[in-house]
Amino acid sequence: MKFSLARISLIAEADLVGIAGERAVCDPRGVLYFPDLRLLAVSDLHLEKGSSLARRGTLIPPYDTGATLLRLQAVISDYQPSIVISLGDSFHDGGGAQRMHASFRERLEALISGRQWFWVTGNHDPEAPADLPGETVRELAIGSLLFRHEPSKQRVEGEIAGHLHPCARIVQQGRSVRRRCFAGDGGRMIMPAFGAYTGSLNVLDRAYAGLFRLDTLMAYMLGAQRIFAISGSMLRPG
Amino acid sequence: MTEQPRLAEQNAAVALPEPFIRWFGEKGWSPRAHQIELLAKAQAGQSVLLIAPTGAGKTLAGFLPSLTELANRPKRKPGQARRGIHTLYISPLKALAVDIERNLGKPVEEIGLPVTIETRTGDTPAHKRQRQKLVPPDILLTTPEQLALLIAAGDAKRFFEDLRYVVLDELHSLVTSKRGHLLALGLARLRSFVPGLQTIGLSATVAEPDELRRWLVSQNPPKGSTGHDMAELIVVTGGAKPEISILDSEERVPWAGHSARYATPEIYREIKRHKTTLLFVNTRSQAELLFQELWRVNEDTLPIALHHGSLDVAQRRRVEKAMGENALRAIVATSTLDLGIDWGDVDLVVHVGAPKGASRLAQRIGRANHRMDEPSKAILIPANRFEVLECRAALDANYLGAQDTPPLIDGGLDVLAQHVLGCACGAPFRADDLFEEVRTAAPYVSLDRPTFDRVIDFVATGGYALKNYERYARIRLNKDGFWRVSNPRVAQQYRLNVGTIIEVPALNVRYIKAGGKGAASRGGRVLGKIEEAFLETLTHGDTFMFAGKVLRFEGIRENECFVSNAPGSDAKVPYYGGGKFPLSTYLAEQVRIMLDDSQRWKKLPEQVADWLRFQADKSVLPKRDDLLIETFPRGNRHYLVAYPFEGRLAHQTLGMLLTRRLDRAGARPLGFVATDYALAIWSLGDMGAMFKARKPSLGALFDQDMLGDDLEAWLADSWLLKRTFRNCALISGLIEKRHPGQEKSGRQVTVSTDLIYDVLRSHEPDHILLQATRADAATGLLDVSRLADMLSRIQGRIVHKALEQISPLAVPIMLEIGKMPVHGEADETLLMDAATLVEEAMGPGMSVE
Repeated sequence: MKFSLARISLIAEADLVGIAGERAVCDPRGVLYFPDLRLLAVSDLHLEKGSSLARRGTLIPPYDTGATLLRLQAVISDYQPSIVISLGDSFHDGGGAQRMHASFRERLEALISGRQWFWVTGNHDPEAPADLPGETVRELAIGSLLFRHEPSKQRVEGEIAGHLHPCARIVQQGRSVRRRCFAGDGGRMIMPAFGAYTGSLNVLDRAYAGLFRLDTLMAYMLGAQRIFAISGSMLRPG
Repeated sequence: MTEQPRLAEQNAAVALPEPFIRWFGEKGWSPRAHQIELLAKAQAGQSVLLIAPTGAGKTLAGFLPSLTELANRPKRKPGQARRGIHTLYISPLKALAVDIERNLGKPVEEIGLPVTIETRTGDTPAHKRQRQKLVPPDILLTTPEQLALLIAAGDAKRFFEDLRYVVLDELHSLVTSKRGHLLALGLARLRSFVPGLQTIGLSATVAEPDELRRWLVSQNPPKGSTGHDMAELIVVTGGAKPEISILDSEERVPWAGHSARYATPEIYREIKRHKTTLLFVNTRSQAELLFQELWRVNEDTLPIALHHGSLDVAQRRRVEKAMGENALRAIVATSTLDLGIDWGDVDLVVHVGAPKGASRLAQRIGRANHRMDEPSKAILIPANRFEVLECRAALDANYLGAQDTPPLIDGGLDVLAQHVLGCACGAPFRADDLFEEVRTAAPYVSLDRPTFDRVIDFVATGGYALKNYERYARIRLNKDGFWRVSNPRVAQQYRLNVGTIIEVPALNVRYIKAGGKGAASRGGRVLGKIEEAFLETLTHGDTFMFAGKVLRFEGIRENECFVSNAPGSDAKVPYYGGGKFPLSTYLAEQVRIMLDDSQRWKKLPEQVADWLRFQADKSVLPKRDDLLIETFPRGNRHYLVAYPFEGRLAHQTLGMLLTRRLDRAGARPLGFVATDYALAIWSLGDMGAMFKARKPSLGALFDQDMLGDDLEAWLADSWLLKRTFRNCALISGLIEKRHPGQEKSGRQVTVSTDLIYDVLRSHEPDHILLQATRADAATGLLDVSRLADMLSRIQGRIVHKALEQISPLAVPIMLEIGKMPVHGEADETLLMDAATLVEEAMGPGMSVE
């Protein structure tokens, strides 16, 4: 895997977000990239959610794993990271990795090969995914950053977490816009869910209580082409 | 097929049993000709469609064949098996079934018939339903959803084996929806259980009676049977001509808006002059507004009530009861009171706002004075100037007896999927047999076998090209050629989710307890339900109208919206969801004809006629078949106003497509608004100059080819399609409305269907559910067929008027700008605006270190 200089130089200084002294790109596709570390973090892939629901009789389209992997493939090929961290709930349930269609498994293995790949365990997938390369960890510290699935109750400077599937809502001109978002206060960052079938929860919900310093809370809402940084005071619940 | 009194008298002697004749005699009545005619036809073994105005004794007519047959039935001997249901009565409303039980019970008791009558609705307690299964009544009064449930039960065939008649009330309103599709399929199933089954349809006047006649009987009768492919028709004409007038207000009729506030004192005067006045409006928010306005002028504190579908049930029942007891002087209502429920002595109907369709108006006016021979009295109150034209056109149409009920459409595939699963829950089926059965139902007569097989595949495993779910199949094909439910849980889930009525995600509106703060203050009285989409636009402290009150929005917690009483009586946030019913094609044409004929303006109020004369002076009036386009500059924008008169939905679709085209042509359009009558687009570029230079020409801009790629491209991402997909996904059973033990909130369902839609569209665009979605959208929210008709009508007939300033005719729609949501791909723009604000406040860059 070659380091793509062209790509990196496209990252404007202005697009970088600071987290505990590290600089990161909030990509509108829902991944976090640290250019200095050549590290890409992605959270809540929820692979095989479709087949998980199908087991219980809800036969939603079986294309979610394929769709999620295609999008992941695109960001990986853009950034060419040397480290990838999948931040937990990578599979919707413990049996997901086994149920995965052979063609998807091959696609995933191709993405993993040639780089350091970490599976952080989540509440949906507390064990290592069956028969897949990569290292399974509960949490991971790199530099001043700490990667884990569920955000800690107490404040941890530099913590990058997932789990809550944040979204934000604003009302402009009498109209409401809701988007998935990165939520950060400069010290901690909670990543949006990446999976094709993942829902989302407003950052103003009770579940986030005490996680952020409210005066510096920002929601980086995912737009079609870019990120929209919206300050916490403009956000609406619901 | 018309009234033949002499024949009827002869028939009476033959067909009507003695106790009935005696009963009519005691009452001092004689059976009406159509009642006897219907009885005779039914006794001859035929299915019948009875079209009659309200007050014609339709209900008794519909039940006479059953009652006379039950009267003549020999008594059950001890030890003889119990008899099953004899007659099934199906109505669109629970309340109607309850009403009929009361109305039918009386004659049955007075004649002394040994007939049992019971209702079965969603409100019927479980133990009573259980008992009905063991000891069925002779006549069961129920709804389409309950029929679907009965059919999906394992004992369905036995339960219905004695069935003779199905009576379908308010058939005209049932057949036009997906509920009608499900009911048609249920009827097909009943016919296969009981081959000699007869149907009796009761309907208000419709444009195409033959559609209903076919709907009532098998369209694919088994070989060798003598079945006709249309039910017999009995039409009762007449009834006294209604006295309808348009309010000729002394006040100024506003240019735009929907409140009709200007006419409140005049409406109040009419209420005082009459015993009971029924006030119809088109939307809930209009109802709220009118109610507030009436109470503002209600010096005599007359009992005036409010009734609409979002109010709490207990509240609605109280109003209905008061109305039945004639305790109310006026009631403000939306379509919840449209159907044939007979309450109290209404002697005046006031229709506020335009009726949108001539048939709808006729049906609503029929509410007044339920005696056929006396004229109903009605007053139309146009809310704005275009509505004056529309009311005039509707009024003329009513006198002419014109009908504009919508044509029936092909049955939905999502509904078929639900039915297929229901059939499997009842009993194993063979695909060949079920296909033949389904095609006996009129809405599915043109269904082809490959499509049917895809529906079965969808029910079984989701019908995906990627065969990944075989092991999770809901129904399986066994070696004997029968499809069976794969496990009992499937049937359980089916029963929870039956039906085609999809509710818009809505939250309870609940009072905060007075004086309290925090969690302890929650838990006041529930006022009703209100759409999530509206609540989302509110901020803490905003005031709005609901349940006849001005309320202050306090916040949302889980599935509840908390409110308190607002001081003062002015709501800050107006709530107008737009008319639910688009202007009918027929009325639209009548309005165009009237505009084109200045002789007819004499019948219009002077101020409205003046308005049209001004228009003729400053611009032109559109000819009957022309499309008038005006362009003019205003402020630093350029405006295009078109007057197609094709209804809001079609105009909205047209607006979307034209904006795309104008954008490509370099006109830099910024937005548009659509009303029932007109469409306004504004842009930075000078559209008038562009059309003059034929870059592009108006002919090219309005070419029919916009319905090809442009439509496809726009649709793919449109919320309209996502919303339609959600309905299809829920009805077809792809997603459950309800899951054992839990009710998903609207939000969870919405999010997931949008995501599913995106995934399915990019991976299997030809999936059967997307096919069903596109078909639905084309006839429903997009009104594509109407737009297509219009585009072909106006070819070569576009009249362009380039003006220096706004024309009189354009004023109403220009006033809507700013009041109605602006359409366009605005979400990203809104985000941009918000983000820009942040940047301005915090300096460039997003770094928040």
